[in-house]
Amino acid sequence: MTPSEQQIPPGAPLTEPANPESHKSAGHSRRVFLFKLSLLVNGAVGAVLAVPILGYLLGPALKKTSADNSWINLGPLADFPEGETRLVNFRNPVTTSWDGQTGDIPCWVRRISGNTFQVFAINCAHLGCPVRWFAQSQLFMCPCHGGAYYADGSRASGPPERGLFEYEYQVVSGSLVISAGKMPTLANQAKNESPLVQLEGATSTEAPLPKPRCSSCQS
Amino acid sequence: MSELKRRSIEVYNWFEQRLGLGAPVIEAAEHEVPANTASWWYVFGSAATVILVLQVMTGILLALVYAPTAGHAWNSLEFLDHNVKLGWFLRAMHGWGSDFMVAIVLIHMAQVFLFGAYKFPRELTWIIGVFLLLLTLGMAFTGQVLRFDQDAYWGLGIGASIVSRVPLIGAPLVGLMLGGPIIAGPTLSRFFTLHVFVIPGILLAMVGLHIWMVLRLGINDWPMPGRLVNRKTYVSEYHHLTEKTGIPFVPDAAWKDSLFAAAIMLAVMACALWFGPFGPTGQPDPTIIQTAPKPDFAFLWIYAVLAYLPPSLETPVLFIAPVLGIGAMLLLPLLSGEGEKHWSRRPVAVLMVAVIAVILGAFTRLGMYTPWSPVMNAWTSDPIPAAYLKDRTPLEREGALVLQNKQCRNCHSIGGAGGMRGPALDAVASKMTEDQIIRQVLQGGGNMPAYGNALNPSETTALVHFLTTLRGDDLSPAIDASQHLVSSSEQPAGPPKEH
Repeated sequence: MTPSEQQIPPGAPLTEPANPESHKSAGHSRRVFLFKLSLLVNGAVGAVLAVPILGYLLGPALKKTSADNSWINLGPLADFPEGETRLVNFRNPVTTSWDGQTGDIPCWVRRISGNTFQVFAINCAHLGCPVRWFAQSQLFMCPCHGGAYYADGSRASGPPERGLFEYEYQVVSGSLVISAGKMPTLANQAKNESPLVQLEGATSTEAPLPKPRCSSCQS
Repeated sequence: MSELKRRSIEVYNWFEQRLGLGAPVIEAAEHEVPANTASWWYVFGSAATVILVLQVMTGILLALVYAPTAGHAWNSLEFLDHNVKLGWFLRAMHGWGSDFMVAIVLIHMAQVFLFGAYKFPRELTWIIGVFLLLLTLGMAFTGQVLRFDQDAYWGLGIGASIVSRVPLIGAPLVGLMLGGPIIAGPTLSRFFTLHVFVIPGILLAMVGLHIWMVLRLGINDWPMPGRLVNRKTYVSEYHHLTEKTGIPFVPDAAWKDSLFAAAIMLAVMACALWFGPFGPTGQPDPTIIQTAPKPDFAFLWIYAVLAYLPPSLETPVLFIAPVLGIGAMLLLPLLSGEGEKHWSRRPVAVLMVAVIAVILGAFTRLGMYTPWSPVMNAWTSDPIPAAYLKDRTPLEREGALVLQNKQCRNCHSIGGAGGMRGPALDAVASKMTEDQIIRQVLQGGGNMPAYGNALNPSETTALVHFLTTLRGDDLSPAIDASQHLVSSSEQPAGPPKEH
């Protein structure tokens, strides 16, 4: 089968006719049957094998969104002066030991007054680049495509179609706690997550305070 | 000497008797091609294959040292650059080889398109070629991720954000892409698997098919105006042409391929030596947000398009345009498999190549200097030209300070320095009246945020007074014509400065 032999002779049809049935094997119907049976068995084994393979492969996709979120302590309220917006880093609740620095996630904490906060994801709502806060002009600006947001996270200009993503927060025993764990995107808009059931209403009574995960808090 | 020759032939025959590969390979190499295909225009496909081999080789060598974990990848790249002898050169070769491969695959594609090579009977060769282009771009993107630096980290963020816009299944797709809830260890492992096993495997298999079909169907003959492709007669015509004018591919035609391949390899080596390896830029630490992520050269045009799409159109365009584009490329040979091959009789084809090239070039150029992005440090680094402060009142100079402090420079340039997101302010007062400037500053609009909450009244006054002095080379100030008409009955005409 050399290429030159393969070159199509003049006038020949593009596709060769199907192989003429081999007379040798055609007669042996039992062997043909057994071969077909073996194909069937292999098909069944393949189908069984596909279950763990697909399960393994699709595992990260099928995981429930809320399962990744947990409450993270960002530090005592004293760390957040009223009227200021500060960058705070926390260790993501779900990490592997080989994640290195990628397990550290920053967020913008805005203390409006008292126990009223806004905690913004670092990711621009357009395409996820890290937004920067400019206190002088009271704007978040994105370096990638020029998205801009006002101090309250609402869209100011540029390509984003919505405001910044906001994490849910609680104030627990004088500390700011946010619900985070998953990279916020348009398909996973941090704020719509339902909080973990066992921690609901944690504000009213003293709930178990999660250990501080942030690098910036001194405690 | 003749003894040595005899012995080598004996050894060859020993292997050949058992393998039986030599004869068909030689025959394939020497197969006859139409003499008019021995052209410098026909060298790009073989050059792309040679660079692919280079990429495989340099890739294997880099994998000897590279640590594909999120915690160590960046350090291992630095180690390659600085501690491994000639590690920097191997990285540079692999990086530049990637850019050259994308470029040559694109040139090859444009050439076979303009030469009508996708027409009968080479439709499937073209279709597989389209997949080869996509796989090459896939290698370029995943390779950029393996250079696990700030650009790679935020590039993954951009990728995940794009994927998240897929209707209904966006969230699971993001999970599938990242391998976990955030960009981290599992994400890099995934892209390592794609870049090193999955995509190269498919790519090599498809290159094999692609070349097999070129050999089986014969190289596309040089198109002649008026010589139309007809399904019924083409094969015999081609065969006739090959019989009449055929020359052996090796060596009569292949010397050009091999010379060009050598030139391209030299060019890759020269770029690697002269420019060195790409990055890595800063560490992939998301808490270091002082960064302006940018994709590699091949994707700059997409980065630019994403900046210019209006928000309401972005998601539809992101998912409909690629489907249409790739679909059109795949369907092209099936819909237009016959007829004229020569570019001089296919003005639409030539126009399409020209327009697409200009579009890609223009967006890539824009992606190189990102005029849509605020220059984050312009407000602290770019001075106000002294001429704009000379003979100004204290209030106006105070306004210049406000302009600087409120980061106006990040988006507006003055004296040629600053951002390009908004218009340059050097001659703003010749285009806008004081009232218009006040309104624009306080309420924003037209892609400018409102500064009403960020400026107190005295700052606003100072800023606007400074801006009204900016009239370029003493252009006349903008005048509110209607106000002029109203006030002309009461007082002599003049620029509407006082209220």
